[in-house]
Amino acid sequence: MAGVGSRDPETKRRSFEALAQAYWRPVYKYLRLRWHAGPEEAEDLTQELFARAFEKDYFRRFDPRRARFRTYLRTCVDGLVANERQSARRAKRGGGATLVPFDFVAAELELDRQDPVVADDEEYFRQEWIRGLFGSAVETLRQRCEARGRLEWYDVFVRYDLHDEAVGARPTYRELGDTLGVSVTDVTNRLAAMRRQFRGIVVEQLEAQCGGPDEVEAELAYLFGRGAP
Amino acid sequence: MSWLPDATLAHLRDVGEWPDLSGTRYEVVREIGRGGMGVVYEARDRVLERDVAIKVLSRVGTTRAALPDRLRDEARILATLEHPGIVPVHDLGVLPDRRVFSVMKLVRGRRLDEASRDGGLTGALSLFERVCHAVAFAHSRGIVHRDLKPANVMIGAFGEVLVLDWGVAKLLGDESGATSGGPGESRPRRQAAGNTEPGTVMGTPGYMAPEQARGDNHQVDERTDVFALGGILQLLLTGASEPRRGGSEGWDARPRGIPPALLAVCRKARAERPADRYSSVDQLADEIRRFLNELPVSAHSESVAERAGRFVRRHRLPIGLIAAYLAMRLALIWLGGS
Repeated sequence: MAGVGSRDPETKRRSFEALAQAYWRPVYKYLRLRWHAGPEEAEDLTQELFARAFEKDYFRRFDPRRARFRTYLRTCVDGLVANERQSARRAKRGGGATLVPFDFVAAELELDRQDPVVADDEEYFRQEWIRGLFGSAVETLRQRCEARGRLEWYDVFVRYDLHDEAVGARPTYRELGDTLGVSVTDVTNRLAAMRRQFRGIVVEQLEAQCGGPDEVEAELAYLFGRGAP
Repeated sequence: MSWLPDATLAHLRDVGEWPDLSGTRYEVVREIGRGGMGVVYEARDRVLERDVAIKVLSRVGTTRAALPDRLRDEARILATLEHPGIVPVHDLGVLPDRRVFSVMKLVRGRRLDEASRDGGLTGALSLFERVCHAVAFAHSRGIVHRDLKPANVMIGAFGEVLVLDWGVAKLLGDESGATSGGPGESRPRRQAAGNTEPGTVMGTPGYMAPEQARGDNHQVDERTDVFALGGILQLLLTGASEPRRGGSEGWDARPRGIPPALLAVCRKARAERPADRYSSVDQLADEIRRFLNELPVSAHSESVAERAGRFVRRHRLPIGLIAAYLAMRLALIWLGGS
């Protein structure tokens, strides 16, 4: 977050990419569900938001003492949509280079699996941010495990912590050990290691998104310690 | 990127804070409670195949240097308190992230204020008296709880009363060190207690005695727990969510439906000055026992009507029999006359 205002173009670009990667999904889905934008309009507005923010340094105006960044971003989205729709002067976009490639097709598939009703804008945006953050951390964890030849450790994490409760009850450590042919102690140790790494990756991502250690600490307290949202 | 359903996100948020128990005999099942001092989890002891409660220091908003010692102290204090009304500690350890955890008996039951609604006033007072007995036992070992409140008293499935969370308990004694009891009696050493710096405030508003709220920890003694027990009694009598601050000023002039004798007991227990309270929890328990047995309590000067009413209630059966006998005699006289 701090790098967004950097004078070094490379630092600024990297920081901006981290923010865009973390927040484009919540923005797109929010546009689709809260503003009932069609896929094409939502794609355009998402691209527009981040393109404008990069070009005009919108995110430098963010004051962490007043609100969380996601709240600020959501109000930016609301303002953008209101302006665009009210003036009806949405010009055909394009031409500008896409800063970060957004996988809108994947986002649409995710929308098919979700409740289409948004009861609380703030809560929805927050939940989608967590989904993006954790989803990305899980993917990073998988890549790191693969690189270290520890995919069987990751498998324990997937089968236990990523277990979809809609499918059935979460297995016990013993059941999991029997399935994988390892001891209960191994299951415990692997899960503990995976959780530690998962949390570490989340911290890395928050450090890339947040303005400083205090904000990272506050977000961690919210995510894992029942702190204020 | 993986898409994660809401339930999985909630689980990941939970386990992100769960203690790393690898290398131990325990595995976390779920979180069951949290407070200012730590988080309590239900866990499974794989060796003995039993469910246990694990309390882990919470890092958020805590003083990192002081609290691990405090949790260790709590476990050591509890280890000296072998009483059916006090939750025993099974084990103590340190996590890889240096947080301290203690393993305790898992209490399944209801909070005192919830359970007390079933048995009416008499049932609530009986439970309260048993809480007093557990606390009085701790006092006899030189330990003051300092955070007594309904949330820290559980009623088990078989009606057993259990006083929990001795995290801010204090060991009474002189400044020189060990506080020995009589011959052959071993009492815990002073360094095993919560040695709280003057000015440090620990406890729960509404139940915290004035001297505790001021951080005047040298003034804290058994009467501090008497004040908190008075708050619990007040809650049981009024059904309010939390007793109001202060001593007798916290009461309405005459709350409806509460016997004046109990009101007086409660007011005395919650007196502003420790010297005006019961000097021991045993005294408070004795007052409750006397009330339940329709005997006068020391805290209340009865009117003639109150005394007569209590006399009638206490001797309900013989008075009933005499009244029935007299009524029968009167009926016979009236029938004979007519």
